[in-house]
Amino acid sequence: MSLVFYISSFIAILSTIMVITRYQPIHALLYLVVSFLALAVTFLSLGAPFAAALQVIVYAGAIVVLFIFVVMMLNLGKQTAQQEKEWLQLRAWLGPSILSLVLLAEMAVLLLQDDPTGMPAAVVTPKQVSLSLYGEYIIAVELVGFLLMTGIVGAAHIGKHKKKSLHRFLQTYPNLN
Amino acid sequence: MSTLHAHTVLIVAAILFVLGLAGVLTRKNIIFMLLSIEIMLNAAGLAFVAAGSRWQQPDGQVMYLFILAMAAAEVSVALALVLQIQHQHKTLDVEELKELKD
Repeated sequence: MSLVFYISSFIAILSTIMVITRYQPIHALLYLVVSFLALAVTFLSLGAPFAAALQVIVYAGAIVVLFIFVVMMLNLGKQTAQQEKEWLQLRAWLGPSILSLVLLAEMAVLLLQDDPTGMPAAVVTPKQVSLSLYGEYIIAVELVGFLLMTGIVGAAHIGKHKKKSLHRFLQTYPNLN
Repeated sequence: MSTLHAHTVLIVAAILFVLGLAGVLTRKNIIFMLLSIEIMLNAAGLAFVAAGSRWQQPDGQVMYLFILAMAAAEVSVALALVLQIQHQHKTLDVEELKELKD
């Protein structure tokens, strides 16, 4: 199982290097998805399938989509169509595609091989994780619920577009004088 | 896990953490700084999962879950702040945002 780990961690490190050296944020996001997926395969090879599934669902699914929404909201304008045409050139998506195809080939080799013991065995099963999560860690789970609630309220409050309101003495009324 | 030493996984996590730290320290765009913070949190999660599978205890994945929830809450608030900064200052360069500096 160490070969799966070495390949996927090498892809993770390579795509992380590509993330922090890109100029366009959307190119960095493409490599960031590949980095998260490679780390999910790393978790699978370490025998943590629950963490691998959560990595794909939450990190590569939710957080990156949030980033993409914000990047797309930041540059609304007339030159956006031209800019997106430049972003979607071949050399922009060829690198992430090749890296994620390597990950896909790795998963296919793992799933289609005849020897069922070749699949990395779950060292820690999801049952153990959930028993521990709702047993001894129940207080921490409730605190995480508080944290997510404050995250939602804070994001809704900060993200609201408020009109800049001056004090009434500072406002200028063209009709009054 | 038998043929794989725990040191190797920890070295990979350390490399990813240092890459994220380098991203935070060198980039000036606030979006890239947030991406690098996500990379650092993910590297910490990798270290927790590796430790949990090394000792065959579920605590590592439980801690990874907490890191995941914390990252989700952090990224939502931070992206709302990014939208406000872009709306009010028309820039995302952290060198330009000097209003808090006295």
